Amino acid sequence: MDFLTVLSESGRGQDMAAVLEHIPYARFLGVEIQQQGLEVITVLPFKEQLVGNERLPAIHGGVIGALLEITSVLQVLFETSCQRLPKTVDVNFDYLRSGKAMTTYGRAIVNRQGRRVANVRCELWQENREKPIALSQGNYLLKPL
Amino acid sequence: MNDDTQVELGELLETPHARAIGMRLETTPDGKPLFRLPYDYHLIGDPDSGVLHGGVITAMLDQTAGLLARPPGLERDDYALATLDLRIDYMGPATPGEDLLATGECYKRTRNIAFVRAEAFQRSSSEPVASCVATFMLDTRNAPADTASSAKDSD
Repeated sequence: MDFLTVLSESGRGQDMAAVLEHIPYARFLGVEIQQQGLEVITVLPFKEQLVGNERLPAIHGGVIGALLEITSVLQVLFETSCQRLPKTVDVNFDYLRSGKAMTTYGRAIVNRQGRRVANVRCELWQENREKPIALSQGNYLLKPL
Repeated sequence: MNDDTQVELGELLETPHARAIGMRLETTPDGKPLFRLPYDYHLIGDPDSGVLHGGVITAMLDQTAGLLARPPGLERDDYALATLDLRIDYMGPATPGEDLLATGECYKRTRNIAFVRAEAFQRSSSEPVASCVATFMLDTRNAPADTASSAKDSD
């Protein structure tokens, strides 16, 4: 039985922190969750392993992309009764500011959810929520290919 | 590509995150940079299938495209560039247990911007796992005051 079914049967299907615990790459990055009502906020504390440019230092663009994807997928899982992890079909990342050596936060909005695909936009910020450091918009498959 | 360049490119790859996920730089038979990411438990996105996380593929393609974007002869770590935009298409899941490879090309470089395509694949480049197009701002000079408010300095 897959882990989402197990979580859902134990009444923790909407517990995004529990979902994250089962995803090795999210654990490796150190992603945490602040769940406030219907808003799932991802939190990524800074650590050396996340750095892409040691001189600034700046967080690696791939880590920024990964957090945008993780945040988007969790929002879809939270809002739908999707019984499996949504799969990314395509996603566009815009990098607005360098990711500094501090905690990064993420928040996603489901633009449209169809039967098979959800279109999701997401933003990351650091010290000021009004000044996002990166944005993404992508399509996520709700059913297997 | 001569041996000196390869050493320098290899050093460029030594960003903490690239080290942490285990990326290695190799060379294709025709001399192009080829990235290799050995499969590992901490890179998994779906624990039920063991398939790699999409974010791992994003990190790999961003790093690959960023290295290809560098103007030849400027493979120095004090020459910085910043990802402006990255679009990735995921064609299918990476087969668990197999290495992920990535290569690509910079098809246009202007004074300020580099345009790059890159692909991730496993056994054959004719069966891509994911592909990307990216644009990079060139020569951001690694100065926090210069770049912090305008773009992500990268890789």
